[in-house]
Amino acid sequence: MTTELNWNLVDDIRQLLSFHFMLNALRAGTIVAGVAGAVGYLMVLRRQTFAGHTLALIGFPGAAGATWLGLNTAVGYFGFCVAGALIISALPRRGAPNAGLGGFSEESAAIGTVQAFALACGFLFVSLYSGFLNGLNSLLFGTIIGITDQQVLVLLIAGAGCLLVLILLGRRLLFSTIDPEVARAKGVPTRLVGTAFLVLLGVAAGGTSQITGSLLVFALLVAPAAAATRLTAQPAAGVALSIMLALLITWMGEAFAFFSPYPIGFWVTTLGFAAFLLATAYRGIADRIARHPPIPYPPRRVLSGSAGR
Amino acid sequence: MLSLPFIQHALLAGTAIALLSGLAGHFVVLRGQVFAGDMLSHVAYAGALAALAAGLDPRVGLFASTIAVAVGIALLAGKATADDVIIGNAMAWVLGLGVFFLAFYTTYRATGNSTANVTVLFGSIFGISGRDAALAAAIAAGLIVVLLLIARPLLFASLDPEVAAARGVPVRLLGPLFLAIVGATAAEASQAVGALVLTGLLAAPAAAAYHLTNRPWVALALAGALAVAAMWLGITLAYAVPALPPTFTIMTIAAAEYAVAALIAYRRRQRHAPTRNTTTEPTSVTS
Repeated sequence: MTTELNWNLVDDIRQLLSFHFMLNALRAGTIVAGVAGAVGYLMVLRRQTFAGHTLALIGFPGAAGATWLGLNTAVGYFGFCVAGALIISALPRRGAPNAGLGGFSEESAAIGTVQAFALACGFLFVSLYSGFLNGLNSLLFGTIIGITDQQVLVLLIAGAGCLLVLILLGRRLLFSTIDPEVARAKGVPTRLVGTAFLVLLGVAAGGTSQITGSLLVFALLVAPAAAATRLTAQPAAGVALSIMLALLITWMGEAFAFFSPYPIGFWVTTLGFAAFLLATAYRGIADRIARHPPIPYPPRRVLSGSAGR
Repeated sequence: MLSLPFIQHALLAGTAIALLSGLAGHFVVLRGQVFAGDMLSHVAYAGALAALAAGLDPRVGLFASTIAVAVGIALLAGKATADDVIIGNAMAWVLGLGVFFLAFYTTYRATGNSTANVTVLFGSIFGISGRDAALAAAIAAGLIVVLLLIARPLLFASLDPEVAAARGVPVRLLGPLFLAIVGATAAEASQAVGALVLTGLLAAPAAAAYHLTNRPWVALALAGALAVAAMWLGITLAYAVPALPPTFTIMTIAAAEYAVAALIAYRRRQRHAPTRNTTTEPTSVTS
């Protein structure tokens, strides 16, 4: 960068905004962070974080393929992520998809294979489009340079649509997340709601990938939401907090990336992880001060219930 | 094709690495540790680039970071409640660190060698030198021997940890030892197919073997054989069609093996389902 940080906040921000590419990066980042904060919060409540991660990785061959064919990368990201969401929601659900470190799980082997295959396909497209190897890092680890006006417009339309559907689903989605059995008994079409949410997640993951890169969507999609669930148990306050944290992480990450030689991917993951650790530490200390047994966040019913099934 | 030195090196290193990955992958899938393997692949990337940034051989960083983190995971696994949110956040941050080291490396140490990053991410089995191939094969052979030596107690401990512990199997020692082997396997495999794709080489042949047989020893041998087959076919295909990178062809064949095995298992279940129904229904009626 040709610019210097002179620790005068007003002047630094004016410097930042004097570049058109930076303005576009901040616009795109704001849209993406708002959507990722809201959708991510529900994703954490529904325990579908690895679905989000898989969707983001499926976006990488999409974006690489789009570049190879000379299309806009946004087309590839959104196309592949939404298609991936529809396929995942059509698969039969057996056991927990996020079985972590214990117990045999066929599903985790399948997810691992699909992810690795998606990345290998992306690598194929990248190497077929020779001379594009420098763009590889932007696709995987994000960039603040080269976001076009058109891309911002596409992100805005996708983000607005995403938030509109989320508001329309609203109570039904929350109900079927927290207590799927009762929701089904009350006539909520939980399966349809689940599919709709996965498509929203695909749009959110595809949008987030364009800022953080395919490999680092967790920084905006999971970290702010996970921090928010540890700070408050109220869904409305949680969504608001999650969006605020995501916005803060994105703006700070983009500003730091602008003034330092280190890329945005490093900054957003570090800020996100720090926010998550601080929130976890705060929860631990607050519980100890309150002198009653730690309250699990998110609420226990969400944890033990078969949410997202 | 076989007379070309780079193919010979690729086959030497690739065969040993694939066999190791298949055998280790069998236990990884059996123990449900695929996401631990995924985590180690991310660590491998950060470790290799940290070593490059420090001016060392990337293999030093690969082995040191993956083995250290693997033992750490194994020791923590019993105590901390490592849920998916924590693992996911930590994984993203480790990759973010890798990007940091990458930026450091390209700013301060780049000697026109900007392909190092792509090599770490996606491997370059056709670029392995003779000495590197021999070293990789020797390390893989050593790890295979250790793995086969502990295979029996490890299988017992994986299938039924309580009974194994009661029978005097050192379950607490085996877990960290095995994950350390997986860490070293990740470091080996990332030289062949890259840090991002090695999870597939661990998971796909082993999961395919699971669909084809119920017997654990047969599945172990089959996983190793399928991984080696994917490596050989992948190398041949990448040689025959130069536009296709070897990492892609190897992973495609491994994924195809898994898909075919799942299909075979599905067909087999369908064929057996009616007969099983007719045999179980009368007993349920009489009882």
